[in-house]
Amino acid sequence: MEIARRLAQRPVLLVLAGGCVFLVVGSLDSSIFAQQTVAGLAQGAIFGSLALALVLIYRATEVINFAQGEMAMATTYVAFQLTKWGLSYWAAFAITLVVAFVFGTVVQLVFIRPVQQKSVIAVVIVTIGLFILIDGLVTWRFSAQLQFMPAPFGNSVYHVGSVAVSRQALGTLLVSVLSVILLGVLFRFTKLGLSMRAAALRPAAARLVGIRVDWMLAIGWGLAAVLGAVAGLMTEPTQFLQPTMMQSILLYAFAAAVLGGLESPVGAVVGGLALGVFLNLIGQYVGFVGAALQLPLAFAVLLGVLLVKPNGLFGRALVRRV
Amino acid sequence: MTALLELKSVNARYGQLRVLHDVSLAVEEGQIVAVLGANGAGKTTTLRAISGTVRREGELRFAGRPLGRSGPETVARLGIAHVPEGRGTFSELTVWENLRLGATTRHGSSDDDFARVLRYFPWIEDRRGQQAGTLSGGEQQMLALARAFMQRPRLLLLDEPSLGLAPLLVTEIFRIVKELNEQEGLTVLVVEQNAHIALQVASHAYVLEVGRVALSGPSAELQEHESIRRSYLGY
Amino acid sequence: MKAAALAVTAVVIAVLPFELSGYHQGLAASVAVYVIAILGLNIVTGYTGQISIGHGAFMAIGGYTTAIMSHDHHTSLLATLPLSLAITFVCGVLVGIPALRLSGVYLALATFALAVSVPQFALKFSKFTGGSNGIQTSKTVSHLWLYGVSWSCAAIALAAAWLILRGRTGRAFRAVRDSELAASASGVSLAIYKTLAFGISAAFAGVAGSLFVLATNGFAQPNEFGVFLSLTLLIGAAVAGLGSLWGVLAGAAFVALLPTVSQSVPLVGSAHGQDVAFGLAVILVMLLLPTGAAGLFVRIRTLRPNNADTTES
Repeated sequence: MEIARRLAQRPVLLVLAGGCVFLVVGSLDSSIFAQQTVAGLAQGAIFGSLALALVLIYRATEVINFAQGEMAMATTYVAFQLTKWGLSYWAAFAITLVVAFVFGTVVQLVFIRPVQQKSVIAVVIVTIGLFILIDGLVTWRFSAQLQFMPAPFGNSVYHVGSVAVSRQALGTLLVSVLSVILLGVLFRFTKLGLSMRAAALRPAAARLVGIRVDWMLAIGWGLAAVLGAVAGLMTEPTQFLQPTMMQSILLYAFAAAVLGGLESPVGAVVGGLALGVFLNLIGQYVGFVGAALQLPLAFAVLLGVLLVKPNGLFGRALVRRV
Repeated sequence: MTALLELKSVNARYGQLRVLHDVSLAVEEGQIVAVLGANGAGKTTTLRAISGTVRREGELRFAGRPLGRSGPETVARLGIAHVPEGRGTFSELTVWENLRLGATTRHGSSDDDFARVLRYFPWIEDRRGQQAGTLSGGEQQMLALARAFMQRPRLLLLDEPSLGLAPLLVTEIFRIVKELNEQEGLTVLVVEQNAHIALQVASHAYVLEVGRVALSGPSAELQEHESIRRSYLGY
Repeated sequence: MKAAALAVTAVVIAVLPFELSGYHQGLAASVAVYVIAILGLNIVTGYTGQISIGHGAFMAIGGYTTAIMSHDHHTSLLATLPLSLAITFVCGVLVGIPALRLSGVYLALATFALAVSVPQFALKFSKFTGGSNGIQTSKTVSHLWLYGVSWSCAAIALAAAWLILRGRTGRAFRAVRDSELAASASGVSLAIYKTLAFGISAAFAGVAGSLFVLATNGFAQPNEFGVFLSLTLLIGAAVAGLGSLWGVLAGAAFVALLPTVSQSVPLVGSAHGQDVAFGLAVILVMLLLPTGAAGLFVRIRTLRPNNADTTES
């Protein structure tokens, strides 16, 4: 069969397919397993969105944006402020996405563009500086105390057989997956998306066909910020609004992005989902792994994968020309 | 009548190293002009100076307009298509996506443009979904040419199209270039190390040596010229 | 010229503590701590080209070694320093071995994983490490003692780094950074020098970590060695730039002093002014000096008349 042959050629796909089968079987077997899987997928979807943002920027500029999480957090506070001013949750959501886009492009134009020609490490340091700056500004404006936003999906719980699934988890999954798909459509089928891909792959050649590479980079940052905003808004219901809310999510997003292969958008999303499910299930069934070891576990998985596939699950083995 | 492309006393440098010294040349509309010379003579740099890929001083005019400090993005929009050394193909994208990129500066539907391209490069139809990097060298060169043609340029800058290609393919490429020139009125400035075929196709040529114009004139004359025959044509 | 500047600086550093209050002595000592750590980071990242965002982990290991040895075994504080050096050297080599398979951003993130994980392990294995409360040395030290020991160690570290980098090892490191292919083709064993670089740099960070613990009242706590410490070291190394030991001083001073100095920023208030000011400062420094202080020194040197810019590259 064609599918079987394709799977055999790519061991990674085989492993993932096996994983999916395992999840389905386990979910049918145990309702707790199913619940943890769904919760893990929802959590993983958030990791995946932020990881996708990181990959977007990395592909375009070879820079790891350390400020991605803080930018996401800041835009979530914007949504919070909008709801405080009387807007409904979803109206605030929509406006926040626009604000996030502008925010991302402005950050690229003001802080990144001046340094990006000079050295990659300088840009990374600037993003670290932004991390610190944004954290400070938000804490100054809103203080470090916990804030709460209206629940986007309500608190109801659905029952499928003996499995309890929260509307929140489903909603998170839906919104995250939707935003990723929309982005995918943009990149695959629109002229702008193609130009952005070309600008990221070969900036010099892209210029020769008339692509304004600098604008493409700014737009890329804008879109990444939008993804971050989605991740932040989907995180708020469970972590509540505080300046540190995205810091550990960012770390998981790093792990997911590298796991999937930094050059691969699909990898980032798959990596995120896989990581979310994996951590949830391990946390449930392996008592030794308490709260403190979740993060090291994620990174242990990451390191394990890197040792076997140094460019991540979906990364391409780089052929170095001598 | 002003030439379509005019360069007057153009200098270019890479960092501290001056590569072009006082280069002047002109290309009339509808011509094919060749730039010849050995490795390192500055041929590629000349094209880069025109497309704005490298910093240059001096006077450059396209259709009467000075090119000033325009970068490659602007130059492309003015109607100059540059097929660089190494072809500039996006190997990670498909053949069709490469062509679509050629239409970046065009507005409105490019269905006509695709149809025209397919007339000159019919083999592309069957290979639309193929990843460009998996094409053979000759096919990639033709794809680069097709992509440039999608831009509907007035001037085509072609950098060493024969590089790394078997003689039969080189003949084919230049046949297509000649066809595009005659049928579509495309003006071409081609840089070549293969003086033989370049002089057959071009009506005029410039010879660069160490960043300066050493000789120039109609191809027929240059083909007879003693030093050209010895250094570049091998007899 | 250089020797004179060095002598003057040495004298200034020797005399300085007697002019400063205890608090400021502590602050000055922390500059020395960062000098040592950033020097180490520079060796593995700047000179050998292996990016590490994980040296906070090595500082943690060194710091906890000092705290635990002093607390549990009443080892003299000075004696814990060479111990910490040895242990972190071994850890560095152990990290360097799998690191051979990785490069570039993947290596950076793998070392980042280390930086994240080590403090979490300290939290988890609280029986040995005191958990979130941390563990304290059995003796604390005066600010003057700390100043003296820190700067002595910094001087030794600088001398050691200078010796290593100018010799054969240093050349090998630079060869590895510039082109692994060419280096190994010339007979430079990538495995040996890359792991050696990790080991040496980790050892530096370990000693810095021990001093760091001593500087914070002898307390080794997980949250002091978190991600932020590794990022701070990276900032320090970037501000220091490459190729200049004076640059390391500038970088260390930047990360050690600036957060404290910026506490007195008007308008934003002391609690958050620190972050805002520090963040802005980091950004500005990178915008203005992307090659760090070292780059600035190079530019100053090439402006002098007897170094006229006539090179045709």
